[in-house]
Order: sequence, then C-alpha cells, then structure tokens
Amino acid sequence: MTDIAAPHKAALDRPHLQNLSLVSRRYRAERRFRLYGMLAIGVTAVFLLLLLGDIFLKGLPAFTENRLVMSLAADQSVIDPQNTRDPKAILAGDYDTLIKDGLRAQFPDVTSRADRKLLLGLLSAGAADDFRSTIVANPGLIGSTVKVPVLLSDDADQYLKGAQTGSLRTAGAGTLTLTAEGDRYRLASTAGDFDEALGRVKAYINEALATGNIELDRLNTEVSRITQNLTGLEDRLKAATQSAVEADIQLATADRDKAVSDLSSLTSARDALKVRVDDLSRRAAAPAQKEVMTDLLPSLLIEANGGVFRAREVAGNDILAEILIAPTTPEAARPGTWQTQVLTTPESSRRVSDKEAAWLERLKASGSIENGIAWRFFTSGDSREPELAGIRGALTGSILTLLVTLALCLPLGVGAAIYLEEFAPKNRLTGLIEVNINNLAAVPSIVFGLLGLAMFLNFFGMPRSAPLVGGLVLALLVLPTIIIASRAALKAVPPSIKEAALGIGASHQQAIFHHVHHWPCPAS
Amino acid sequence: MTWSYVLILAVLVFAGFFLGRTRATSLRAAGSADLHSLPTYHGLFLASVIFAPMVLIGALGDVLGSHYVVSHALNAYDPAVAVDPLKSGAALREIEMQAAGQSAGDPSVQLQAGAEAYNAARSLVTWGLLILGVGAGLAALVFGYQRISMLFRARNAFERFVQVVLLICSVVAVLTTVGIVFSVLFETIRFFGKVSPIDFLFGLQWSPQTALRADQVGSSGAFGIVPLIAGTFLITLIAMAVAGPIGLFAAIFMAEYASPRMRAVVKPILEILAGVPTVVLGFFAALTVAPSIRGWGESFGLNVSSESALAAGLVMGMMIIPFVSSLSDDVINAVPQSLRDGSYAMGATRSETIKKVVLPAALPGIVSAMMLAMSRAVGETMIVVMAAGLAANLTLNPLDAVTTVTVQIKTLLVGDQEFDSAKTLSAFALGFVLFFFTLTLNFIALRIVQRYREQYD
Repeated sequence: MTDIAAPHKAALDRPHLQNLSLVSRRYRAERRFRLYGMLAIGVTAVFLLLLLGDIFLKGLPAFTENRLVMSLAADQSVIDPQNTRDPKAILAGDYDTLIKDGLRAQFPDVTSRADRKLLLGLLSAGAADDFRSTIVANPGLIGSTVKVPVLLSDDADQYLKGAQTGSLRTAGAGTLTLTAEGDRYRLASTAGDFDEALGRVKAYINEALATGNIELDRLNTEVSRITQNLTGLEDRLKAATQSAVEADIQLATADRDKAVSDLSSLTSARDALKVRVDDLSRRAAAPAQKEVMTDLLPSLLIEANGGVFRAREVAGNDILAEILIAPTTPEAARPGTWQTQVLTTPESSRRVSDKEAAWLERLKASGSIENGIAWRFFTSGDSREPELAGIRGALTGSILTLLVTLALCLPLGVGAAIYLEEFAPKNRLTGLIEVNINNLAAVPSIVFGLLGLAMFLNFFGMPRSAPLVGGLVLALLVLPTIIIASRAALKAVPPSIKEAALGIGASHQQAIFHHVHHWPCPAS
Repeated sequence: MTWSYVLILAVLVFAGFFLGRTRATSLRAAGSADLHSLPTYHGLFLASVIFAPMVLIGALGDVLGSHYVVSHALNAYDPAVAVDPLKSGAALREIEMQAAGQSAGDPSVQLQAGAEAYNAARSLVTWGLLILGVGAGLAALVFGYQRISMLFRARNAFERFVQVVLLICSVVAVLTTVGIVFSVLFETIRFFGKVSPIDFLFGLQWSPQTALRADQVGSSGAFGIVPLIAGTFLITLIAMAVAGPIGLFAAIFMAEYASPRMRAVVKPILEILAGVPTVVLGFFAALTVAPSIRGWGESFGLNVSSESALAAGLVMGMMIIPFVSSLSDDVINAVPQSLRDGSYAMGATRSETIKKVVLPAALPGIVSAMMLAMSRAVGETMIVVMAAGLAANLTLNPLDAVTTVTVQIKTLLVGDQEFDSAKTLSAFALGFVLFFFTLTLNFIALRIVQRYREQYD
C-alpha cells in the first residue's frame, strides 16, 4: 500500500508523530469497525433477552392460580337429599350453596343484597368443581367436614397476584382513636400516620395532572388537525357534487362523515379530560388542604380492631372514614396494632373495588388462600371464564395437525430429495423442478393458505377447521425446506460409500437404500 | 367403509408379499439354476402389483363416487336446487343430517326422498368400489403370481415401480406451484371481472366493504391497492433498516473476528431468535413495543398511533436479523482465504481487508441475501396482523397506523365468506400480487448470484 511509503518525506520533519498518527488512525478505524460488529451482536442479544424476559414475566402468572381453602360440612341433606348414595345424585348435588353459605359465614356483617352479590362474585363460576369431585370420588365423606380448595374469580385472582393495583402497607405509629359520626367514623392518630398516605395521593395528583395536560395538548392538536381536514373534505365534496360523479360523491361523503364523527368523539373525550384536569389542578394548587378521596384517586384503607375503614376525607392526622368491615370494638387502637394500606391504582381504574380488596385481604390474613399450580390450564378447553379456560383443545388441534404434516411431508420430502439427488436425469425437466423448489421455499405462508382455501376447501370440498386440511397445507409449505435439507444431507455422504456398494455388484437402488440412505438418516 | 377398503388393501398387499416370497423360495429350493432376483424382491414385486391398481381405484372412485352421490341425492331432492350452487350446499347439509338420522323435527317428503336417494347411492358406491377394488387386487395377485419364475427379473420391475413413486414425490412440489398459480389466478380473473385492474393497481382508496343494499353509502367499495403497498413497503423499509446493518455487521463479526468460543456463544443466540414463532414476536410487538413507543412519543408530545408502523417494523427487523446474518455469513465464508492473505500481506488491517476485499467479493451474495430477507418481510403475516393496524392510510409517517397486504388478506378471509363477492375475491388478487412480488424478488436474487458471482477457485 502506498500509504506506508508516502509518509517518508513528511517523516523527515516529524518522523515520530506523523507515522504514529496515521497508524493510530487506522487502528482506531479498526477498533471502531470491530465495535460495530460487537454492537450488532449486543443489540441482538439484548433484544432476545428482552423478548424472552417479557414473555416469561407476562406468561408465568398464568400457570398459577389462587384458591380459597374452606372447611365445609358436606351436608347430606344438600348433597344427597334422598340419601341414595347414587353417584348420579351425588354428582347433581347443590355444592354451590354449601360454598356460598360457608363464605357468607366468614363475613357475617355483609347483609345488603348488593354486598352479598359482590362477595359471592369473588368466587369462580366453577368454584364447586373441586368440592364435587372430592365427594364423588369418596362418597363416604358425606356428613363429615371436608377441607377443599375453592377457585376464586379471575378478578380476585389477579388482585391477589398484584396485577390489579400496587399495595403499600404501613403499621400505625400512633394511637388511633375511633369516633362514630353518623354511619361514618372519624379516625385520629397521635403520630403523623396519614401524612405519608396523603403525600402519596398528592404525588399521584401531580403525576396525573402532568400526563393529563400532555394528553389534553395532544387531543387539542388532533382536534384542530381534523377541523382543518374537514374543510378540505367539504371542498372535495362540493367539487364532486359539481362534477356529479356518483362514486366520487359517495366516497367524499363517507370521508366527510367519518371526519365529523371522529371530531365529535375526540371533542367529547377532550372535554371530559378537561374537566378532570381542571379538578386535578385545583387539588394540586392547594397542597395543605384536606383531600376529599374519590374513586379517581388512590384508596387509603385502615385496618384496626378487626375492622377495615376506607378514608373519605384526609386532613393530616384526622380522617373521616367509612366502614368496609365492622370493627369488633370502638376502643382506641394502640400503636403497632393497626395498619394503613394504600392501593395505588384508583378504584375506577381497576376491576376489584375497595370492598372486595378488603375482603380478599381479610381472607389472605386468615391464611385460607393458597397459591398453587393451575393444572386446570392444561386439562380444560376454552371457556368464557378466564380462570376456567385452558389450552387442551388448542394443544390437541396442534398435535393432530402436526401429525398429519409429519406423516405427509417426511416421506414426500425425502423421496423427492432422493430422486433429485440420485436418480433424476440431468435434463430441462429436472432443472425446472429444482428452480421451482427453490422458489417455492420463498413463497409467503399466507399464499399457501390461499391455496388451501381455493383448492382443498372450495374445489375438493374438504371439511373446514379440520386438522387434515391444515396438516395438508402445512406439509406443502414445509416440503421445499425438507427437500433442500435432505438433499444437503445426501450430498454430504462420502461418494466412496456408494461406489463401494456398486463395486460389489449392488444395483443403483440397493446402493442408495441400503448404504447411502443409512448414512444421513439422523440428519434427514 | 373407507377404513375397510384400506384394511383389505393392507391385507392383500401383505399376503402378496409373503406369497411371492414363499413361491420364489420354493422355486429356488426345487430348481437347478439360481433365481435372477432375491425372493424378497419377488414378494415386493407382487405387493407393488397389487398396491398400485387398488390405490388408484380407491382414490379415483372416492372422488367420482362422492360426486355421483351428491348429484343423485340433489336430483331426488329437487332438480332446481341442484343447479343453484348457493342453495345446494345448504340442502346437501340437511340431506346428510337426515341420512345420518340426526335431523331435528319433522322432515319434509322432499327431504326424505333426498335422504333415501343419498343412502342408496352411498351404499351402491361403497359396495361397488369395494368389489371393484378387491377384484382388481385379486386379479393383479393372480397375474403377478403367474409371472414369478426362475428367470423373472423381479428386482428390475420393483425398482422401476420405486423410481416412479420417487418421481411422483418430486412432482408434488411442481403441482403445488401449479395449484397456487391456478387457484390464485382464477379467483383473480373473477375479481377483475367485477373491479377493473386499473382501479385495483392504481386506486388510492382501500375500503373493501360491499354493502347489503345498493343505496348504502360507499356501496361500491374501493379496491385501490396503493395504500396497502405503501404500508407494506413502509414496514419492510423499517425492518430492513434494522435488520440490514445489524445482520450484516453480526455476520462480519462472526465470520472475521469472533473466536471459536465466541461463535459458540453467539450462534445459539441467533438460532434461538430464528426459532421464536412469529406469533410470539407479534405478541411482543403489540403488547410491549408498541405501548412503549407510544409512551416515548407522547412524552415528546408526538402523536403516536398505538398500532404504529414503527413497532411492527422494528420487531419484524429483529425477526429477519438471523436470516440476513446466516445468509451473509455463508457468503462471507465462501470468499477464499487467499484473497484475505494477500491483503494482509500488503499491510492492510482487518477492517480494511473486509471493506476493500471481502465485501466487494461477497457483494452479489449479500445483495441476494438482502432481497430474500425483504421477500420474507413482505410476506410476513403474524407480526403485522397483531401489531399493525387495519386502517389503510396512505402515509409515510412511521408513527401512523398503516396496513399491509398480508393483514388485509387475513382480514378479508376470516369468518364466513361468499365466493361471489368482490370483497372475498380481492383477497386472492392481493395474494396474486404478493406471490408475484416475492417470486420476482427471489428470481432477481438468484440471477444476481448467478451472473455476478466471481469464480475464484
């Protein structure tokens, strides 16, 4: 390279520096180039980690479920009223009633109709399944008390898995006094126990205000953009009406109407947001003022004396609260015996209300909730109830389709590969088949789907949604890949094997099927 | 009844094999000269002689027979219905239910007549097929058995049979291509009977609604493919902008810099990435990447669609990185070491050698790898179905929602379809465009490699 020779003249002036800067520049370029390669690998690895981590973290909770372990009296008069011990009668027993009564007994002060419905809503529609199968498997248990797992509803399950809301618990530092005020209670602590909770609510307000303002700006620009578009569309409609081309008028009208409806829905969304942002900014402007807790703010729950309260107004150490679970005594609670809990997601933004959360926390504290592997996920089929749904139907379909595919594409693919590699005469037809296979490997899978629809379903009238047709199309889809891979494997067999077989008098086919084909078998 | 046919076929084939082999063995034991072929080949010959006609009769008879049954039953039901393709499907289902004894309520006289004709024709076809097939099988058995002799070249005959079977195997791939071309082509021609090709190829509006009533707004539907092509290219462009440089640099690093230990670590990473199902990638794009892009965009005050082209393109780019890198890796490795050695001997550094010597030599292969990756991206379905939108916006803004050809095909064909509406047929026209496009890309890629490849060895 001339670069190395060229610096000689300059080297007379500054021999050391000149040479060094050129070489070091080249070496730096070298390192930079290497770094690009490392970066490319690094980005790929990071992406793979992100992908796998994300899928695992999101998927893992689906494999566990929360169950309520209940001790239930297997009452003969409910399960088997005729006392026949007939398996069919036992199967038809009213286990739901027993479970519902058992749950109600744990919360005796839940009396109103709406509350009772809410409480029973914590249970899954299939809550009685385990109880029923236990009794059916062992009818001798009728009359005794049985400990059975009862499946919770998906919302309750998600709450317990922490997917519905964040939850922060703090033990009370001061003495809590409870004063009844109508149907509410005024709770006061001697230490600054509610300051932290109030701070959290204020922080939430500021945060919500910031995002609300950004969203409001976005909506405003969007509204003005669509308003501008609308005038253009009106002009187009006018022009179309003048030129009186029916299709153009229709299209222009449709576009205009769509823009108008977009505009109205956006405007109403913006107005609703504006009301909320105004409310938030009013609250944010007065940080010292007492805070009226609505369902748009995080919830503050207080557990004391065996009861649970929800804060309605918070002002420093003095809060006005309503009862979720009634306390056993109205006496003052000593420091450390009571707790505050902040549910960080506002009640209106989650599917489990404060009341349900309080019940679930109570059940959890009593140790009757267990978390186990959801075997149901593997053994049951589709369901409307998320907690009862499983993948068995989908899995069976996949396996059947796969079996059909394998049974078809392996013999076809290997047979075609053997023919093309060993027997095919080198002529135009063989060349055409080879080009065709290479091209077929690059055809998008959705085009194969169209083939299946037009050929197998419409033309041959094969049944829809059957694994047979799916497997057939998939076999055609993977056929080129299998042929190419098998041919590569056959090519890799040393020719000496075949030549030796031919040399001792084997026919061409014998040489191939008895010797060559045994060689790459694991590969194909 | 199909099962009994298969069972008899299997029994006859096995019987033929053992009969042939025993016959040949006994001939060898009795005769003075040696057999031409091994006894096993005589058995295999006899089995193949029975197998071929019986399978042919079974397959042909099944197709023709069911056509006969259907037309017979429909004619007995109502000759007017038989010629109406829409009504005949529904009528046939009713007849089949009735024939199987599963119909609900009181069947009409017509239906009963249809069901009786159906059952009669069905049993006729079944028994006819069975007798014909078994007869042919037995005749073949007798014919083949008589041919077995000391001099009979059973191996050659059987090997000819095997050769034909293998040829049929390799013709399946050709038949698949022919099937694709014809099934897509015919429906496309039918589609062009309803919508003109000019409107389809150059129209700027895509809204494939067909209205129930003629006076509804937009009842004609608009089948302009330009927004779909633009969306497909936008997403492909983003994907290639991600996968091109990353894949190429990864391949260069793997081929030129990485130590064997490094390769052992990196290669599996790429292979795992290549093995991730595209549904999972689509999930990731729709539920993780798209919301975070939206979040970032909004924190800058940008208006980001929750189904932005950027999210789908980024994840699709990640999907084709292993594809680009493994193809380019092969190409770079195929450049002879002597070229590199020559360059090093002149004092060039590694990166200079790669940039000035290796890459130019490997360029045709790399270009073809990029084109193959592009055709993969254009035809990719699952990621865009989950992460890209449905609205056909004609835009170049990567933060907007766009739709692609594959997404539209999937959307048009999900659910119930009627095969006489332009809406359903347009899916086949889109499929034809897609097929044609990927085929062209693939063809160009192969030609580039063939024409510009430098032969060094």
